[in-house]
Amino acid sequence: MSKKKKNLVVIGNGMAGARTVEEILARRGNDLFDITMFGDEPYGNYNRILLSNVLNGSQQEQEIFLNPIEWYRENNITLHVGVYAESILRKSRCVLGADGSIEPYDKLIIATGSRSYVPPVDGLTLPDGQYKPGVFVFRTLDDCREIAEYAKNTRGRAAIIGGGLLGLEAARGLQNYGLQVDVIHRSQHLMNQQLDPQAGAILKSTMEQMGIGVLLGKNTTAILGEDRVTGLRFADGSVLQCDMVVMAAGIKPNAEIGQRCGLRVQRAMIVDNQMRSLDDPDIYVVGECAQHRGHVYGLVAPLWEQAKVLADHITGANPTAAYHGSKVATKLKVMGVEMAAMGITEPVDERDEIVQFTEPRKGTYKKLIIRDGRLVGGILLGDISKAAYLMQAFDRNTPLPEDRLTLLFDIGAPSKKITIEEMPADMQVCNCNGVSKGVIMSCVKAGKRNPKAVMEATRAGLGCGSCKSIVTEIVEFACGGEVEEDPSVHYYVPGVPLAKPELIKACFEKDLKSVSAVFRELAGGKEDPASKPGLASLLNTIWAGEYEKEPDARFINERVHANIQKDGTFSVVPQMAGGVTNPAELRRIADVAEKYNVPMVKLTGGQRIDLLGVKKDDLPKIWKDLGIPSGHAYGKSYRTCKSCVGSEFCRFGVGDSTTLAIKIEHKFKGIDTPHKVKMATAGCPRNCSEAMVKDIGAVAVEGGKWEIYVGGAAGAHVRKGDILCVVDSHEEVLKYSARFMQYYRENAKYLERTYGFVERLGIEKIRAVVVDDSDGIAARLDAAIEASIAAYRDPWQEAYTAARPTEFASLLPVIQ
Amino acid sequence: MTATDLEMTLGPLSQIPPGEGRNFEVAGERVAVFHTRSGGVFAVQANCPHKNGPLADGLVGGTTVICPLHAWKFDVSTGEPTSFTASQAGGGSCKLKTYAVRVDENQRIVLTLQVPEMVEAVM
Ligand code: SRM
Ligand SMILES: Cc1cc2nc3c(=O)[nH]c(=O)nc-3n(C[C@H](O)[C@H](O)[C@H](O)COP(=O)(O)OP(=O)(O)OC[C@H]3O[C@@H](n4cnc5c(N)ncnc54)[C@H](O)[C@@H]3O)c2cc1C
Ligand code: SF4
Ligand code: FES
Repeated sequence: MSKKKKNLVVIGNGMAGARTVEEILARRGNDLFDITMFGDEPYGNYNRILLSNVLNGSQQEQEIFLNPIEWYRENNITLHVGVYAESILRKSRCVLGADGSIEPYDKLIIATGSRSYVPPVDGLTLPDGQYKPGVFVFRTLDDCREIAEYAKNTRGRAAIIGGGLLGLEAARGLQNYGLQVDVIHRSQHLMNQQLDPQAGAILKSTMEQMGIGVLLGKNTTAILGEDRVTGLRFADGSVLQCDMVVMAAGIKPNAEIGQRCGLRVQRAMIVDNQMRSLDDPDIYVVGECAQHRGHVYGLVAPLWEQAKVLADHITGANPTAAYHGSKVATKLKVMGVEMAAMGITEPVDERDEIVQFTEPRKGTYKKLIIRDGRLVGGILLGDISKAAYLMQAFDRNTPLPEDRLTLLFDIGAPSKKITIEEMPADMQVCNCNGVSKGVIMSCVKAGKRNPKAVMEATRAGLGCGSCKSIVTEIVEFACGGEVEEDPSVHYYVPGVPLAKPELIKACFEKDLKSVSAVFRELAGGKEDPASKPGLASLLNTIWAGEYEKEPDARFINERVHANIQKDGTFSVVPQMAGGVTNPAELRRIADVAEKYNVPMVKLTGGQRIDLLGVKKDDLPKIWKDLGIPSGHAYGKSYRTCKSCVGSEFCRFGVGDSTTLAIKIEHKFKGIDTPHKVKMATAGCPRNCSEAMVKDIGAVAVEGGKWEIYVGGAAGAHVRKGDILCVVDSHEEVLKYSARFMQYYRENAKYLERTYGFVERLGIEKIRAVVVDDSDGIAARLDAAIEASIAAYRDPWQEAYTAARPTEFASLLPVIQ
Repeated sequence: MTATDLEMTLGPLSQIPPGEGRNFEVAGERVAVFHTRSGGVFAVQANCPHKNGPLADGLVGGTTVICPLHAWKFDVSTGEPTSFTASQAGGGSCKLKTYAVRVDENQRIVLTLQVPEMVEAVM
């Protein structure tokens, strides 16, 4: 009985195209259409607005994808990836791809977006028509890569043409490559689309403080340089020397494809309220290539609204759906400066009143334009705490409270709960993905009762991420406080559905001593490779010497006892307890480095020597020649103990920190821990060895005492350790460090550093258990860690006896 | 020039401990051979399509291997990328090259290579 499905072809799989298809699928589009898409870029769909983050290095390319290639497969969409759609044959109703493909359509959606507008200047191209090396636009992932590549090799000076959002983002990105950056803007103030002159001036001085040059009122007339960019010339005759230039002067809709097949085009392809071309009811246009009531939108929020209407209409889900244009309000973070802008920037009507606050030194500026008690324009710079409220009032045209002061400042802020409760259902919470409070509420009603599940289902919070906390609050509110936790959050490793205490219990009960046994007994035989190292670490912790080693469960570093490098070679860090060495040891290290042509010898941040770039096959020979135990620089284990000179030599030293560090290293070497454990000892509170920011640190204080700090960190996360206790001797430092370490080993999640662990449990709780023995487990903890210490073997000594003959072969010989 | 299948014996399976992989060089190609804990044997290109990570050094579970450098995941039985980042890259073209491989009655690994006929003639 089923009617044959219609062919739906979509040209462009950028933000609007892919989103529209998602909306169509959500309206049972797969039952109605066979969907085919053309995408010029060689990827699935990614979040273009995060390209600035990729350029400035705060996000990886892989993190910004929205619809991976398999999404298309899973939804039965044929994607011509990397294929440009050349023309639309309206008579024969098909689309021709540049690769020769021909796709017939019953309905067609054009979502070709736009490209960078490149102003006509002299010297843009070489005689062959290509852009002169050093000239870039900033629109796609590939542009982003090319800019980064050139910037890395150039250093020097970069000019950005265009002082709007895009230009400033590009400026920030390039600054991170060590270039001196100047922004060139035609208008008299920055971001003139969104800001007034006063706000623009504040932004300018903020930028200049960050070291970015700003040239205003400058018209670029030529790009200088014979075979690559060397500078710019402006209309006033002045010249700026630079090594690269990024064009960020605006966008130009990709409307030619419509023009060629006879669709009406002004700035972009003109559509009606159903997002259809005025000239063909079977052709829809959406995104930056569409012009609706004279407007072409260059931001994502309006595109989401358009996509919904289009989907409602094309699927028949709501034949009367209509788009009435969008009010543009934006919340942005430019160069670390938070801002929100909406509506007009200057009064235009004599009824317009201005409410304003300025604090230029702090970079704060707020200005509202009010007409008949309603908001028609607003600029917030620096402090945007009132943005959510104001943007909503602007969007919905609601009357403002009489007390204008409350519009700009929170005076006696209402409690959070009331705010969420009062928030209207259709208020947009996630501006990247256009998700409203109401959608989140109904998602919770439909059974997704934790923030993670709601975010995955609605995509709220998965754009720039700035709204995650509000989304979480709304989910909590909607659950009436009964948020169901996502159980997997509590698993020790993802592949075995048990939290750490239950997992330990099960291992003891069932006598599970190897990783394969755990998978067999507790995970239905399903091996999850990512869970293996965590399990190996735990089993080694709880069974000490009885643990049945299975090298395949260990990450390569712990299999070959060295740290893998980017080119597949390894680095070797011999032990150097407390950073103390001697000429004989140094000589041996030097000999080894020479004998094996070690490409780099370097002092580590952990006070020892690193031999980098060692071939896998050479590792056992090197260890043998060194005759020094492993420094475990590769392990999720105790690492190293740094020390300062201390009382032996230092004129301020009040404790013997070097001897203590050596004792610590000998005691804990190689002990498996949930994550790295780094230690240090300092001979006085000047803290030269940075003991206060180590996982465990001991600092000597007057009177022969030692302060023990735990939970310190100075890597990606910086935290001063908490004082666990103050003790009188080296032996006590060792005792409490060991007990703390065992408590951490038994109770931390896999890959939870002590800074997270101590913060999660609280130092009071830890002190109670470890120092005051509140749980009566101190003796057991002490015995357990001593058992692990007793089971320790130096892996380098063991490995070059080669129990596993092919372990270090980078290549096995072919034996016929 | 047409291609033919060429069977090559690589050596005893016992060289590869269960749950691990090792590299071989066959007719100028580097191949990573994996021996899974359930006894399966699979062969794929030796280097990760991301940044050339040595896949044989990765973690293996079931038929999944995790590259040791940046943790992209692949199914060694099909070559298909299985993690989000891996499947996304290069427009989905980062599938691993796979080789037919079996274990013969003497517990030796036998790999099938597609070689141009000319090469066969030389051998
Ligand atoms: C070799 C060394 C850099 C150096 O040349 O000095 C180093 C090298 C690496 N560090 Fe480090 N870290 C080194 C000292 C440090 C220090 C300083 C210290 O130990 O006093 C820190 C800050 C202290 C801390 O950890 O709190 C440090 C914080 C990190 C972090 C951030 C951890 C965090 O949660 O904040 C990582 C990433 C991680 O662990 O996931 C990391 C990860 C890495 C890795 C292992 C990255 C990796 O997975 O491959 C690097 C291995 C490079 C290689 O190819 O061998 N390294 N790393 C240092 C070895 C010290 C040693 O002798 O053992
Ligand atoms: C660096 C940067 C930062 C931005 N920041 C923000 C921000 O913070 N907030 C905000 O709201 N907006 C921002 N934007 C704007 C936002 O990204 C765009 O509004 C949005 O991407 C437009 O979506 P679209 O689908 O219309 O066009 P696009 O996303 O450009 O998608 C169009 C796609 O169609 C393809 N295509 C074109 N022609 C053809 C053809 N003939 N055949 C096949 N494929 C074709 C293109 O290759 C492209 O992949 C930013 C843009 C950039 C470049
Ligand atoms: S900071 Fe550490 S992880 Fe980063 S590059 Fe340096 S050594 Fe590698
Ligand atoms: S090289 Fe394999 S994941 Fe990066």
